[in-house]
This record gives sequence, structure tokens and C-alpha cells, in this order.
Amino acid sequence: MVSKAGSIGIEGVSHAFELRGRTLPVLDGIDFTVAPGEFVALLGPSGCGKSTLLRLVAGLEPPRAGRILVDDEPVAGPDPSRIIMFQDPTLYPWRTVRANAQLGLEARGQLKGQGARVDEALSLVGLENFAGAYPHELSGGMAQRAALARALVNDPRVLMLDEPLGKLDSLTRLQMQRELSRLWEREGFTVLLVTHDVEEALLLADRVLVLSDRPARILADIAVDEARPRHRDSPRLIALRREILELLGLAEAA
Amino acid sequence: MSSTAQTAGLDLAERLAAARPAPGLWATGLVAAIVWLVAASIILGLPDADDLGRTEELAGAAALIGGVILAATLLIGRLPSGPEALSTRIRAGGPWLIVLPLALIAWELVTAKLDWLPRPFFAAPQSILEVFTDDWARLGESVLRSLILVVPGYLLGAALGFVTGVAMGWSRLVGYWVHPVIRLIGPLPATAWLPVAFFAFSTSRGASTFLIALASGFPVAVLTWSGVASVGKSYYDVARTMGASPWFLVRKVAVPAAMPSVFVGLFMGLGASFSVLVVAEMMGVRAGIGWYLQWAQGWAAYANMYAALLVMAVMCSSAVSLLFRVRDRLLSWQKGLVRW
Repeated sequence: MVSKAGSIGIEGVSHAFELRGRTLPVLDGIDFTVAPGEFVALLGPSGCGKSTLLRLVAGLEPPRAGRILVDDEPVAGPDPSRIIMFQDPTLYPWRTVRANAQLGLEARGQLKGQGARVDEALSLVGLENFAGAYPHELSGGMAQRAALARALVNDPRVLMLDEPLGKLDSLTRLQMQRELSRLWEREGFTVLLVTHDVEEALLLADRVLVLSDRPARILADIAVDEARPRHRDSPRLIALRREILELLGLAEAA
Repeated sequence: MSSTAQTAGLDLAERLAAARPAPGLWATGLVAAIVWLVAASIILGLPDADDLGRTEELAGAAALIGGVILAATLLIGRLPSGPEALSTRIRAGGPWLIVLPLALIAWELVTAKLDWLPRPFFAAPQSILEVFTDDWARLGESVLRSLILVVPGYLLGAALGFVTGVAMGWSRLVGYWVHPVIRLIGPLPATAWLPVAFFAFSTSRGASTFLIALASGFPVAVLTWSGVASVGKSYYDVARTMGASPWFLVRKVAVPAAMPSVFVGLFMGLGASFSVLVVAEMMGVRAGIGWYLQWAQGWAAYANMYAALLVMAVMCSSAVSLLFRVRDRLLSWQKGLVRW
């Protein structure tokens, strides 16, 4: 049986941007692997290059140095088995929620006879009653759910989340964290989550990779050995939180 | 004296009271009907200062309008109400239905009845009505000829402009070669090409179509281009990760995202093509509403000129309304669209 989840191998990946004629290094010799079905959080200060790493794994850009393997195959370009979800929902405003959700099927010419799959994805995120709504009629949380449905329709083996909850209010955020966790347990895909919220990383992930300031290097690879469902005030998570904040040079805040 | 003033004051108070929305009775409509009927009686009752035709017909038309509004006043309460209902739209037009006959009375008095404004430069309302009743065939033919000229030219220009704009926004190579050309030639008023067009094309029809296409193509191309160029990179990234081909990105991402901007270009192009149409018809084409205007002026037939202007206004406004209808339908996903 083919596993529903993909493995990821990052081997000595470095990357840089050209900014007004200057070379700006963003990633510096990143090495790590992710097992199929694992939930890994990339945690680091804003602008450290975490999102760039996701774009490289998604195949939207090639790395300047090093290799990226998914299921032991080098990444050559974007592929629907690796779906990325951004901080902004980036729904197409001229499409209804349903038409947005079916984007991937449509782009690959697989739409025929797959309507049920779109409905299933919409009900998975609780938007079955908003299929005909336009994005401007949705709240921030609903828009992110629609974006999630759009990702799920593609049956991704790797789901990359680029601070998808970063712009939501704190209550919606808590709710969405619970739902993401539930979805991952149910669907079993591999998740790479980029976040700068220590608590969010500890609540959701199996492992937390702590990244340094730009150019990003891996400071620590911390296994979150706490059973689910997790509570933010569990002593183990509080201890891990303190450890991570110290790594990031924010010991006083802990 | 004072008793008349009192009666008038009371009368006004009564009218104001009646103007409040009362179920069943439409007070504004009642006032409008009365003013239309007053207009009709002034037109018929006061003698014309000169020998003018169609005075009775004008009075009849005003009376008919008054009668229709009166009937509407009685029936409107029975129509279904609601924000989009016909009755609501009629009610919204109420103040206009009062002001229009007042303007008609004023116009009639200063031209036909009192002869304050010099004729023939200022035509009386019945003279314009006379143009419509006596010369409708020629006017109608002129409108038809104009439409036959402007519609293909506009559609051709809009289509070419759209394709050019998408290609410029999408392909760096096309942008490199086309941008300088558009930048140099585009701002040139299409009418400046008139002398060139009339010897470059063997027929005046070909020349006019070229000019109209040029006039509508330029704004459509520029605004389509800017619309496509301003589509967020993340819109493409989303579709690319899901396996979209470049052709899919153009058709299903770039073009729909650029549509609001494209419609601004289509609107501007429509105005430009009407202005070229009229100039072309005045200069070379010997038919159409622009030609009629010129012809009427040549014969000092000022009433015909005003009638032609009115027809032209209705024609251009209808074309813009049609364009906005299409836009409202296609861009119903947008918030806060301006209603035309």
C-alpha cells in the first residue's frame, strides 16, 4: 500500500536573495529529515527565512546550494502532492468558495466526476453551507478554512503551512489549531508548519526545529514528547517553552 | 391679500403632510401629474409668439404623461413593494417627474410663448417634437448607420486591445517591444490620424473603422496590461503548486483578476470611439448621426440639431448602460460597484 504521507530530506540547503544588487543570505546549511506523517514545526524570528524554506520544498524556487528530497526524489518543481498554504488565504475573489476549492482539480483537468471530493473537503473544514459564498463575504477564519479545503482537495502527501493562523484573532486561532490537529490525525499527511508562535508549535508538532536569525541555521531539534490532546499549561510544555525561548535569546520573557 | 397668503400657507402645509408616505396614495406622483397637466394647459392655452407646428401634439404628450402618472399614483399601492421592485423605482423617480414638467414650462415660456430667446438658435420644445414626428425616418437611419459604423470598430479595437494588454502583461518579450510603441502612439488622439486614414483606406468605412478601433484599443490595452501586471504573485503561486499550466494561469488567474481594470479601459474606449465616430462622420463619412448634426447646422435647422444631440445622448448613454450591465453581471463578486 502506498503511504498517504511523504518523507522530506533537506540536505545542506543554502539560499540567498538579490536585493538592490546585494546578496542577502537567508538559509545557511540547513539539514534535517521528516518522516512520513510527521508534524514538524519550523520556529524562528520573523524574517529569518522559514517561509523561504517552505517555498523551496514546494518547488516554487530552486535552492542555491544543497538538495531537497521528497520521497527520496529531488524536487524539480511544484507538484500537487506538496501543497503550500499561506498566511493570507489568497482565495480568488472572483470565485465562490466551492470554485476556489476545486482549483487544483480544474488546473489538472481532473474536475469531471470529482464533485464529491470538493464537497467532502468543504465539509471537512465546516464550510458546506458556504459553498456559494464569495471570499469577501467570509470572515478571516472562514477564508482560511476555505484555503485549507482548497489544499485538501488535492490529497497532499505533504502539507506546508506558512503561518496560516498568523492573522486570525486569538479565539479563532485556538479553534483552528484544534481543527488542524484533528485533520492531521485523521488524514495522516506530513505537515511542515512555519510559525513564530512558540505555543502553537508546541501544541501541534511532533518536533520543533528552532531556527536562528537570518541567515537561518538550525539551533535545536526538539521532540515534543507529550501525549495528545495537549494543554498549553502542561508542565512539560511550559518547560519546553522556556528552553526554546532561551535558545532564541528571550530568556527574560520566559 | 392676507387671506390668500393664509390659504396658500395652509395649502402648502397640506401638501407637505400629504408628501409623507401614506399607504395607498403616492403624494409626489399626484403633484407630478398635476404639474404635467398644468404644463399641457399652458402649452395649449397661451398663444404662440410665432407660427409654430406641433403645439397641440406637445400639449397632448404632456397631458398623456400626466395621465399615466395619475394612473400610476392610484395603482402603485397595489404593486409589490421591496428594494428592487418596480414600484420602488418609480417612487424614487418622483422628484424628477415634478422637475421635468417645470423645466418644460420654463423652456416653453421663454421660447414659444414669450419669445425672449433669439430664434432659430434656441428652438421651442414643439419644434424639436416636430423633428421627431416629421423627420424620424432620416434620424433613425442616421442612428442605424452610426451603430453599423461604431459597433464593429469598437469591438475590433476592444478585442485587439485586450489581447495586446494580456500579452504585454504576461510576456516580458512582448512588453519590451510593444510598450514603447504604445507609449509613443497611444496618447495621440485617434482623430489626428484622420487625414492619413482617409487616403490609406480606399473606403471611408474602412478608415472610420480603423480610427474607432484605434481609439478604443489604446485604453483597453493599457488598462488590461496594468490589470494583468498588478495581479499578486501569490495568486500564481497557489495555482502553480496545484499543477496549473501557464495557459491556465493566463486564462483562469491573470484575466479574471484583471477584469475590473479591463472594464475601466472598455468604458474609456467607448467614450473615445464615440468622439471619433462623430468627427469621422462630420469629416468624411456622408451618413450617420454626426453627419446629420453637421447637415442640420448647415441648413440652420437648429431644432434638428438639438434633436440629433438628444438622440446621440440617448445612444451613447444606452451603450454605456449596456457595458455597465455586462460588467455588473461579470463582476458581481466585487464589492461596492458604482451603479450607472
